[in-house]
Amino acid sequence: MTHEALVLSATLFVIGTFGVLVRRNAIIMFLCIELQLNAVNVAFVAFSNVFGIDGQIFVFFVMTVAAAEAAVGLAIIISIFRHYETVDVGRFNLLKW
Amino acid sequence: MVTVLFYIFASIAVVASLGVVVARNPVGSLLFMTVALFSISGTFVLMEAHFLAAIQVIVYAGAIMVLFLFVIMLLNLGHDLGQDLRWGLYSVVAAAVVGGMGGLLALQFGGAVGATATAGAAQIQAALAEHGAVGAIARPLYTTYVVPFEITGILLLVAIVGAVVLAKRHVS
Repeated sequence: MTHEALVLSATLFVIGTFGVLVRRNAIIMFLCIELQLNAVNVAFVAFSNVFGIDGQIFVFFVMTVAAAEAAVGLAIIISIFRHYETVDVGRFNLLKW
Repeated sequence: MVTVLFYIFASIAVVASLGVVVARNPVGSLLFMTVALFSISGTFVLMEAHFLAAIQVIVYAGAIMVLFLFVIMLLNLGHDLGQDLRWGLYSVVAAAVVGGMGGLLALQFGGAVGATATAGAAQIQAALAEHGAVGAIARPLYTTYVVPFEITGILLLVAIVGAVVLAKRHVS
């Protein structure tokens, strides 16, 4: 079961990375980052079956950080949307040269 | 039985996360993500992480996804998505990066079965039998990991204040 869970974790992480690279909608990119965090959580839970319950504690912390990140990130997206009227990351070119 | 259920949940999770990446409508993407989170929660149950499975559904599927949905509907992003996916050279580079990463991970995990569930599983089973699903997590959380736990509380406070300050409409 541990091995299968690690394969699942790797698959989800790769899919999440592909989504971050390929999408332009900032909210979908955030969603794919959440997917990557979940993939890491699966790996933590899988390893907690090998090394003890500490892995599950770490999943708890990862979830808390993900919640904080989602709140702040979505606030930033709303703030950007007020300026540019879009969430397309290709349009945010103020720092580009 | 457990292995079959695990494979079912895992395949649902993989298909749903592919749906997150390719769905045209952001709301559809979000619903696919919710399906993926539920099936990941199912795999948590199968791996003896009962409390985390409940937390996954309550916090992720219940709170964070609703927050995303709220923002999508607030910004009215349900349509005009002509140019959302990147094509051309960029997608080739992305596919190369992802292929390299997937290849490395397959090389790492695809070979002989390394760690097997032995000592950790026994420890978790003992903790579950003695303290229950919540107590097994809560005891180490409030003893060994109490300092990171408090720091997490401060982090959440900072995040709340930051989100309010960032999203507030500036009155000049």
